[in-house]
Amino acid sequence: MNKSPSVLVIGGGSTGTGIARDLAMRGLDVTLVEKGNLTHGTTGRMHGLLHSGGRYAVSDQPSAKECIVENRVLRRIAGHCVEMTGGLFVQRPEDDDEYFEKKLEGCRECGIPAEVLSAEEAREVEPYLAKDIKRAIKVPDGAIDPFRLCVANAASAIEHGARIETHSEVTDVLIEDGEVVGVEVTHKTGSGPYVHGNPGEVEEIRADYVVNATGAWAGQIGDLAGVDVEVRPSKGVMTIMNTRQVDTVVNRCRPKGDADIIVPHETTCILGTTDEEVEDPEDYPEEGWEVDLMIDTLSELVPMLKDARTIRSFWGVRPLYEPPGTGTEDPTDITREFFLLDHESRDELPGMTSIVGGKLTTYRMMAEKISDHVCEKLDVDAECRTADEPLPGSEDFSVLRDYMDDFNLRSPIGRRSVQRLGSRADEVLNSLDTNPVVCECEAVTRAEIQDSLKSAGTDLNSVRIQTRASMGNCQGAMCCHRMANELAPEYDEATVRASLDDLYQERWKGERHAMWGEQLSQAALKHMLHATTMNRDEDPATVDTDVDFGAFDSGSPSEGGSTSGTTSDAVADGGQTPQDDTRTTGGSNGDN
Amino acid sequence: MAITDDVLVIGGGIAACTAALSAAETGARVRLLAHKKSTLRQASGLVDVLGYVDGDGPFSDPYAGLDSLPEDHPYHIAGEDGIREGLRIFDEAVGDAYQGGHTDANALVMTHGGTMKPTARYPESVAPGLTSSSGDMLLVGFEGLTDFDAPVAADHLTAAGVPFDVRGVTVGFPKSFRSDAKVTRFAKALDRDESVAGGTVRSVLADAVAAELDGETRVGFPAMLGDDHDEDVRDELADRLGVPVFEVPTGPPSLLGLKLEDMLFDALDEAGVRISSGNPAVDFEAADGRIETVLVDQKSRMTPYEADQIVLATGGLVGKGLDSDREHVTEPVFDCYVPHPEDRYEWSDPEAFGNHAFARFGVVPDDELRPTAEDGEPHFENLRAAGGVVGGADVAREKSASGVSLATGAVAGRLAGEEASQ
Repeated sequence: MNKSPSVLVIGGGSTGTGIARDLAMRGLDVTLVEKGNLTHGTTGRMHGLLHSGGRYAVSDQPSAKECIVENRVLRRIAGHCVEMTGGLFVQRPEDDDEYFEKKLEGCRECGIPAEVLSAEEAREVEPYLAKDIKRAIKVPDGAIDPFRLCVANAASAIEHGARIETHSEVTDVLIEDGEVVGVEVTHKTGSGPYVHGNPGEVEEIRADYVVNATGAWAGQIGDLAGVDVEVRPSKGVMTIMNTRQVDTVVNRCRPKGDADIIVPHETTCILGTTDEEVEDPEDYPEEGWEVDLMIDTLSELVPMLKDARTIRSFWGVRPLYEPPGTGTEDPTDITREFFLLDHESRDELPGMTSIVGGKLTTYRMMAEKISDHVCEKLDVDAECRTADEPLPGSEDFSVLRDYMDDFNLRSPIGRRSVQRLGSRADEVLNSLDTNPVVCECEAVTRAEIQDSLKSAGTDLNSVRIQTRASMGNCQGAMCCHRMANELAPEYDEATVRASLDDLYQERWKGERHAMWGEQLSQAALKHMLHATTMNRDEDPATVDTDVDFGAFDSGSPSEGGSTSGTTSDAVADGGQTPQDDTRTTGGSNGDN
Repeated sequence: MAITDDVLVIGGGIAACTAALSAAETGARVRLLAHKKSTLRQASGLVDVLGYVDGDGPFSDPYAGLDSLPEDHPYHIAGEDGIREGLRIFDEAVGDAYQGGHTDANALVMTHGGTMKPTARYPESVAPGLTSSSGDMLLVGFEGLTDFDAPVAADHLTAAGVPFDVRGVTVGFPKSFRSDAKVTRFAKALDRDESVAGGTVRSVLADAVAAELDGETRVGFPAMLGDDHDEDVRDELADRLGVPVFEVPTGPPSLLGLKLEDMLFDALDEAGVRISSGNPAVDFEAADGRIETVLVDQKSRMTPYEADQIVLATGGLVGKGLDSDREHVTEPVFDCYVPHPEDRYEWSDPEAFGNHAFARFGVVPDDELRPTAEDGEPHFENLRAAGGVVGGADVAREKSASGVSLATGAVAGRLAGEEASQ
């Protein structure tokens, strides 16, 4: 056979892109379809903890063991996505001693390096820990950027010949003679090189094998194939603080509970989380009390959080799964292990496997397992190489550079850009002669924005998650419109405006969960800049009203304001009358 | 010993300056107590009075919309006379540096976002660029500046149906700076007309723009055409290009806003207003329903300021004249009553440009602009409020921010001055 077997992967999160990369590296012909942009689902809505495994060392040791293995792998292959902050499990006086001992023992049983710190030693690591904490266990937790990770996996998959198709929702699973033979996707409005179909177009993609890697949405794909996948979506809130109150991951050392972790991430800290089962992974309530719970409970560990500034909150859903009949009531008790559901052996439906459960830290291992499984099904003999070959951006890079000389950038901007870009820094940052800063809060330059636009198309939210532009303290007040301007001249003004409106609205949505104190003041400023200074809320180009230009002040007659007299002249020799409704074609005037 | 004046104005923005100037006109001895840089550096430098009410607009006549404003709007207390009084004080303070005073009509001014907005007063440097005046327009942006994209802005104006042709070009600035240089660096280079290859910054820039000019009768740049010598910069560029040159107001840091701040403080000096700046008013002492002393935190000690009449012009949420936590919105200096929904999720609207309750947060004035308690009675006999700290106006949607500051500042300042002089 001279044609490689084809595999269709559904889902553009960490697992899906990880599988696409793995199979493509093994020489298979891979297509990945995703209904939104990459990281649209759970991957894009998590707190970015790179687990040491310590979290599961008591309750779920198999998961804990997987975590520590993969923690080490990701440090090696995805260095530009990982910050090894270290982590602490902190015990308060009211927390159980016996559990503390179990945690320590569990870590050791699972091969997780763990060291007990006294209260004083713990406060040396994290000076803002509460005065009355009892002691802590130090573990190798870290922070990982899920967006960068996914994009790097997708880029690697493409390098190995894969087709990545975003904004393409699976609307049917094709079954012939009792076997899955592909899917039907409906292409949506999207942009960038990941989209090849036309919006509204329905495409049949046939494949030798189909992998359902849609996480919390796996049940919905199962429904299309007529099989039951009893995934239990569980929501969790994450609240973003404006600075890093802590520089290591701080966990509460007690059996379980909401609001027990603080993850430092880039310039921020992320507080998490709740664990509450929901019916629909896309439609669930986002409630203020959840935000309050994060702040109030985690202030017991780090008191300064009580009055600190939050910049927004967001919610994500976990793709929890447990084998039928286990009957666990509380979602926090459900294992974080992952499961391969081979629909042939399970449901007598050959040609498709679903992957459910798991967590970001073990995405690569999950991808390896399912790729092994697919290769076995397709009788392909190829080794997995994803644990050894670095992802694009992590090949060989050092952050110790002279940024001023290398990129003509002040040191903090250069350092952060290089951290984000990893080994691609030279290629990207030297791509432009003039490279101004577009987002000051997060130190993102034009070159980086332009680089991300290559894969994001007109989707500024995708630019945002790739670069962090508009994710800082001002939440896009100063840079949303600058980011949109970067779309020109490739895209026309109406597209620039629509993309700006989308991004601005998205930024507002999450910021509403932080609107008190400093951040309400910041939001009020943002509103003033965009509504007052730029009049974007009553923009005459967008709002459906005709402006009677002649009725307005045309400048002081005695001063040199106007060059040719009154406004009635303006209409006569200016061409277009203000009554003209066809504004979108008005551009022809300026180009004559 | 406390520092004693007739009228003490707390704040440093347009409302505070107007209140101080207004009070000084009555002959009172006035002191302005400013904490830090005002929010003018974040504002465009345009002076809006009223452009829209509930989506109606843009109004060519700002006074025509007054009757449609909600009952608790501060314009109803200041009245049309109060607005005119505020504008008169403003016009006298800034002199020829601003235009628009020759008519009651609003002008339409383009913004750096490429939209246009109705405004009552505009800097002289902005005047040739009114979109409500005629003349084909060339907009010029710079490669190193991301805030203003001239071709996008030009297409945007065209999409809004302006009655003239408009085109945008991007040119390299004659002098190259570090990639992340700020607008002030560009302004300084033009101010000093620094030497560059082929001439000076101004001449080389003019040559570059002249090469792009194609019959347009006015040329606009982002508002960074010089700082100390801005008129010279504009005049020279206009001479070399043979057409009027104008500035497009920008967001922060706004050189136009900063220049306005300087002009207002110069006017205060001229009017004999004393100025204490750099420290916040944090507390007060009161007796028999009157504020006797305002306490200023000077780091090492609390300094008392005494006055017969006090005007609170500390700004709204942006200027920190209002504060909030997860449950409450407060006025931090005198703890005046600030009504707000109990649930903080009702403070804002899910739509980014929706009808936000927070936009109208502020103290509740009586008919003499005295902040009132929940029972409607004034907190103190001798305390008045002006500007953003006063509630009831959605200045962002109405395009009324400066107007509300001018009107309430003028009225509160005059009433305070008259009362103190009795």
